Amino acid sequence: MDGHGDLIAADDVLLFVNAAITSTGQREFHSDAAEQSLSLDFLHEYLRVNYRELYAATLALDINDHNAALIIRQLLVHAGETAAAGRRAEGRLIARRLQLLPPQRVYRLFGQLRRARVNNRRTRAIMRDWLAARPEPAFDAVKYRAGLTGALRHAHLATPEVELGDFLFAPKRRGRYDAPLLDAWRRAHYEQPALYELPFTVAEGFAAKHGIPRGAFLAKIAPKLSRLEQLRLQESARAHGAQDLAADLSRMPLTRLASYVLALPVEERRGRLAELGGALRSAADRAAGARRGSWGTVAAVLDDSFSSYGSGTKRRRPLAVALAGHYLLAALATRYRAHWTSGRGNALLAHPLGATPLGHRILDALEGAPDRLVIISDGWDNAPPGLAAEVLRIHRTRLDPGHRTSIVHLNPVYDAADFDVRRLAPTVPTAGLRDAEDLPALVELAQFAEGRTGLAELRAHLDARVEAFLAPEGEPR
Amino acid sequence: MTALDQTALDRTALDLTGLTTRPAQTWGAVRLVPLVREQPITDLRLHQRVNPMGGEYPSVKLTPKLSYTSYIPHGFVADWTGDGGAAAAYGTQLDVADAPRALPLRAQQRMAQREGRTRLRFLPLHLALEGYLALHFNGPVIAWQEWSDRAVRHGLGARAEQAYRGAEVRGLADALRVFEVHPGQCGVLLYLADALAAAFVVPHPADYRALHPSLLHDLYGELVHHYATLMQPLPEFRAAIPERGISTLADLRRAAEQQERDWARFHDTTMAGGLLSGDHRFQEVRRLGRFTLSRFLPGFRLKQENHLGETITDEHGRPAYLKTFRLSENQTRRGHLLDRLAAHDWHLGRTAEALGVTEPALGLRLEAAGFGLLLRRDVLDGYRRRAAA
Repeated sequence: MDGHGDLIAADDVLLFVNAAITSTGQREFHSDAAEQSLSLDFLHEYLRVNYRELYAATLALDINDHNAALIIRQLLVHAGETAAAGRRAEGRLIARRLQLLPPQRVYRLFGQLRRARVNNRRTRAIMRDWLAARPEPAFDAVKYRAGLTGALRHAHLATPEVELGDFLFAPKRRGRYDAPLLDAWRRAHYEQPALYELPFTVAEGFAAKHGIPRGAFLAKIAPKLSRLEQLRLQESARAHGAQDLAADLSRMPLTRLASYVLALPVEERRGRLAELGGALRSAADRAAGARRGSWGTVAAVLDDSFSSYGSGTKRRRPLAVALAGHYLLAALATRYRAHWTSGRGNALLAHPLGATPLGHRILDALEGAPDRLVIISDGWDNAPPGLAAEVLRIHRTRLDPGHRTSIVHLNPVYDAADFDVRRLAPTVPTAGLRDAEDLPALVELAQFAEGRTGLAELRAHLDARVEAFLAPEGEPR
Repeated sequence: MTALDQTALDRTALDLTGLTTRPAQTWGAVRLVPLVREQPITDLRLHQRVNPMGGEYPSVKLTPKLSYTSYIPHGFVADWTGDGGAAAAYGTQLDVADAPRALPLRAQQRMAQREGRTRLRFLPLHLALEGYLALHFNGPVIAWQEWSDRAVRHGLGARAEQAYRGAEVRGLADALRVFEVHPGQCGVLLYLADALAAAFVVPHPADYRALHPSLLHDLYGELVHHYATLMQPLPEFRAAIPERGISTLADLRRAAEQQERDWARFHDTTMAGGLLSGDHRFQEVRRLGRFTLSRFLPGFRLKQENHLGETITDEHGRPAYLKTFRLSENQTRRGHLLDRLAAHDWHLGRTAEALGVTEPALGLRLEAAGFGLLLRRDVLDGYRRRAAA
């Protein structure tokens, strides 16, 4: 391939990575779900056909679960396209990624493969290996019953124990089960206390069947809730008078916590400033880890314009990413200053409102001559349009030709029309951002992508990431 | 309905004093230019129609089997205080006509109706359109022999004009949805394919926030509809700062601010020039404390922008409320013809002379504009023959 082709290939892959990090095929502020998934499907197919090997390698990056499942599906549906040598590498990537995906997503993927009638030997082997590695088959049988049954049928597998097989395929055959969870499920049909031994989503159905009041149910099921279920049910439990659910917010992941905070009414946030701020700070400290305080002076331009509302399906997602980023950057920096586009001071009271005067805020941020400037915005600079690009261009060419301040733009929104995240200026690297927790890694990736990256460098980078990803005790993301 | 009395009209230009132009936001063929008020007006508030029956949508029974319910998308209610104190705004409701039997006549009489000592209800734009439709409604003032019996006796008769609802204008709904309202914004200028389609100004930012979606329920002329359907997406007016002479951050900031001022000046003088520099004739409809509700008609200049509308101005003539409707080329032509005829006492010969055309040509122009029924049949036939010869 000539040099020009290399550049195009590298560009294509970076563009795809941005899309795979940000887009979830759901409605965004500026485009609807159909446009998003159409655009995303095109990118997946384009990349799979032209750069299958690189396409598979992106599984090792911080792409979101929706796209990881899409990639795996595409690879397995078109399994015949790959040469024998590539198959093994692909299979290892898929297997590793499946381990990291939440089980409900994997079962949904298996269901999709089943409906698409994809039943090649590789797919069956991958399903077999993944199911064999599940730590608690009885738990899966109760919680993901339909998914597990479908997968077993599709891959022609036998259950590890006869009892489990009976539970899934002939539940009336046995009077009782030896495995406590399976037996709890049997008893929950007619015995209320038994349902509190089941996972929350399953117990919920039984509670409705027995007519248990929501408040009492939530209070008693509290110990069985997963961490995210706890966070999700906080407010609803409070409304139903189940106080026991109050979760330790500081244990929650940073971006989810930011979403939770932004969903609270402003008056309530004002009353709980210390509690919420403390929780976000400790979550940010955990996310920063060893990098804490290593970034020097940092200035951030954070977008809380009306478009950061996102959409009804991704409610306040861009704003939540900006809020989480705000706390994370504060943890990473030695000196930190935030500039919200609305000019608001207290980050905890952030609210999507008003236009996006990015250009003016960037000027404010550059005033302090920081070591790093991080911009978190969907890139719709409109007050006035294009000022941010001009400010960034002239700053680079006239005021800071020596790159004293390193500037990076992180964009939480995929722009379906452009097949990429929206960029602010050609001189400033832009990367997609899904969870604020990935911010440090993405900033480094974006720095690496500054200027024109050749395919060789990109390949080397990807190879390194793949190697780390596949390492036997590679820590989960 | 009464015809507009020419002598009651003041000729003045519109101005947007107190409102600052902010950078435009573009979506497809729609460009929205926000207008920001530094000092919001608090003693006059607009809100959408409040249902007097409280929450329900009652209908009027005509016969046991037939009832009449009318949906008026958004009547506006103006609230003002006599002493300059703050007035409160309400929410949106459905309105039900309570006089079904004589609806056409009653509705026109009640286009602007006082609802209390300091409340006035009116239907936006209908006030302005009524002024246009009633233009020289009574027909010829002198019964020249060319005019038909019908024209002399009944005037223009019932006139109707076609307009499109905002929801039918392609891309407008999306443009309004993704538009980011500026802090302090009290108005917007709506451009389609860079032709000024409508201007909308309210007294207070809170009113604007509440009424912003109401732009979708408004009427738009056919020109607007066609431009929206046929135009490609517009480019943005992007900032462009020359590098020369910038050596500090302060220079850059100054240049950025200059960009905004340049845009505002360009917009006010060039893009909105047709509305702001136009020669409008105002007619006072009602006084509301220190404010005046009036409607205005354009000068009906051919091949130029012609906007009609309604406005509430304070005692210094500054607009608290403004809503305009752009006439299409055909509508302008009709208004122009009627206007010229009225100016020459409906005498065809003199009007033709003033327009620089022959009398038969003017007759045929009248027919083409849809006023053929006003002329006597034999006269019109004569014009046709002479034009063909």
